[in-house]
Amino acid sequence: MLYGYAGNTLRIDLSTQKIEKEPLKKEWVDDFIGGRGFTAKILYDENPPNVDPLDGENRFIIAMGPLSGLFVPASGKTHFCTKSPATGGYGDSNMGGHFGVNMKYAGYDVTIIKGKAKEPSYIFIDNDRVEIRSAKNYWGKGSMEVEESMKKELGEDFQILTIGEAGENLVNFACISHDFGRQAGRIGIGAVLGSKNIKAIAARGTKSIPVFDPKGLLKKGKETYEACRKKPGFKGWTPEGTAGITNWCNDVGALPTRNFQTSNCDYADKINGKAILKELKITDKGCFACPIPCGKYGYARTKLGNAYVEGPEYETLSLLGSNCELDDIHSIAYANYICDELGIDTCSAGAVVSFALECYEKGYISKEEMGMDVKWGDLDSIVHILKSIAKREGIGDILALGVRSAAEKIGHNSDKFAIHVKGLEWTGYESRNAPGMMLGYMTSDIGAHHGRCWVLGSDVATAVGGDKNATVHDLISGDSRFDTIPRAEHKNVVPLVLKSQHLRPAFDILGTCRLQYMEIGLETRYYEELYYYATGRKMDFEKDLLLLSEKIWHLNRMFNKREIPDFGRKYDYPPARFYEEKIPSGPNKGHIMEFAVIEEMLDTYYEARGWDKNGIPTKETLERHNLAL
Amino acid sequence: MGLSFNNETCSGCKACELVCTLQNMKEINPSRAMLHVYGKFPEPGKYFVDICDQCGICAKECPMDAIELKGRTYRVNKDKCDKCLACVPVCPVNLVKIDDDGYPYKCINCKQCASICPRDALIFE
Ligand code: SF4
Ligand code: SF4
Ligand code: SF4
Repeated sequence: MLYGYAGNTLRIDLSTQKIEKEPLKKEWVDDFIGGRGFTAKILYDENPPNVDPLDGENRFIIAMGPLSGLFVPASGKTHFCTKSPATGGYGDSNMGGHFGVNMKYAGYDVTIIKGKAKEPSYIFIDNDRVEIRSAKNYWGKGSMEVEESMKKELGEDFQILTIGEAGENLVNFACISHDFGRQAGRIGIGAVLGSKNIKAIAARGTKSIPVFDPKGLLKKGKETYEACRKKPGFKGWTPEGTAGITNWCNDVGALPTRNFQTSNCDYADKINGKAILKELKITDKGCFACPIPCGKYGYARTKLGNAYVEGPEYETLSLLGSNCELDDIHSIAYANYICDELGIDTCSAGAVVSFALECYEKGYISKEEMGMDVKWGDLDSIVHILKSIAKREGIGDILALGVRSAAEKIGHNSDKFAIHVKGLEWTGYESRNAPGMMLGYMTSDIGAHHGRCWVLGSDVATAVGGDKNATVHDLISGDSRFDTIPRAEHKNVVPLVLKSQHLRPAFDILGTCRLQYMEIGLETRYYEELYYYATGRKMDFEKDLLLLSEKIWHLNRMFNKREIPDFGRKYDYPPARFYEEKIPSGPNKGHIMEFAVIEEMLDTYYEARGWDKNGIPTKETLERHNLAL
Repeated sequence: MGLSFNNETCSGCKACELVCTLQNMKEINPSRAMLHVYGKFPEPGKYFVDICDQCGICAKECPMDAIELKGRTYRVNKDKCDKCLACVPVCPVNLVKIDDDGYPYKCINCKQCASICPRDALIFE
């Protein structure tokens, strides 16, 4: 008996309409545990090499972990994976809410979808009943609109994921939306569903998940919730959620502003967590089983209209806010709502819109191409650009490719300020004075995403001479206002980056949110014990889970090498803005990330990883991890 | 008296449903819980939890008098129950459920949901 898992893989071929259920492979469970472990293994093994990401043969994979859906804090994350249309390499993205747990209650740990439906369709899953149904009535509609009407049609207890118009129109940063405000945002995962003619998946599961020791899990689960409750962050962090970090980021000069030209703005107080609570919030909104709900569901009022919207969380605040010079919380929330309805990732959206605004300002995009006279900080302009992207009209058709490809088409050296790594737009931490953070972004498997590494706290600590082990919380609550911050030390960042790169995605393997550990400091031993009662298997967080997390790092690197023709070191460089332009203002004024430092960090990092000078895992490294590729 | 719900703080996590089934049925399966969490979105953007307030309607409907008041709690006495399930459709909140053996089951005021709720949205008085 396989405990902790539902025990099955669901395979759907949209072209042949063949639907098969097979037992979950034991070797996947033994060697890759779950979630991100499963997806890395399956994508490498099953995706035909060099397939076009938008071709039917590209797999779309949903994977849950062994703790997903169990009596474990925040066990509601759903993990998605595919070959990314944004990067051409390994892509995964995860989402909170209640969708994946219903897949697991329906009996499926893993779902692998390939092929292309003949007409706009949605996948209906009600325990053992799996059908491909027409989505004619839903195609062309907004994400939340579709979710609302599908729930009316099928029942409130169905959990729905949808794509918006951006996904239908194959925008490279189209997202998946769920639960009226949760998204799997990154890597263009929504475009891959769109390319398969799939508008939505509706799932309901009402089966039990077998666990090894139900009594033990009950006792340990209660203890774990109680432990969360006792953490200072339980009451300290939860009210504002991720938005609580906005002022700190601004004070330490890490808040992306004006397309990453600078890293500090003078209106942070207007776009922070407190502004959300005061101006927008209706309710705290969390994911399945989460004791620290980070979602703030609210109501935005603007001259363009009013809207119910979840968020904005920190990434959205920084990227659609200061990075586009939008200084009003209602306007940011409204832009967030527009992204959600159109099915666009707010992170990439903020980077792409700000890139477009800068191109326009410099005269690289004409008014005719743009379709209107656009301005920084103007909600009309931002919404106009977002809609033109989703509908692929005018310049939107090019912007829909993401900043890397858009810069190639626009020319004028605009690639210097196309803020991405590997084709994935950068998220909300300007890093010219944060070498560890910079290196983390540079070397992330999916491109510039903070979900893989976050060491901004220790970067800042080295700059201000503080305690390297200071947690984000200490730094937030401390007095972190500086006139000018000294250079951060880059010499010792590699071990910290490696640790973070293994630690953060480890929770994607287990199937839980990482924020209970990251933000309120829930100890890893709880996860070891919960895992034991759930599965009957022993797992040492450091020795087993983090080792697997490292192994996945090598596997995904090899996937990228296989799929991207000239893959190697040059794909790890940040955009030229960060090594050629000094930060013009704010606490990090004058700082730059010298190219020599970038090279030195990469050399040290590759060596520590067991990769060659071009950043490719050596034979010995692969052997050490039992990766016969 | 008994269980009550305050929707000002509920964040829709369903930890209450999880603990309910694990405690009482040794199962991980929120769909079988003796309370029901749901959200109303996009409007008004609030969560609700249906709970058994021990109103006794199910007991009144039972032709066998198998649902007995013990203290403040109505409990199904399986020895008397003949599985006619007359109690199921009359519950105003749909919380008389049916177990694997065909017997009805309902909230027994075990208080686990109130004690796990991270938001103190369920209160037992
Ligand atoms: S912390 Fe936020 S993202 Fe994580 S499970 Fe809770 S509500 Fe979801
Ligand atoms: S189960 Fe329903 S009908 Fe019976 S006491 Fe509870 S609320 Fe009333
Ligand atoms: S445990 Fe509390 S916050 Fe969570 S759904 Fe139940 S009542 Fe709401």
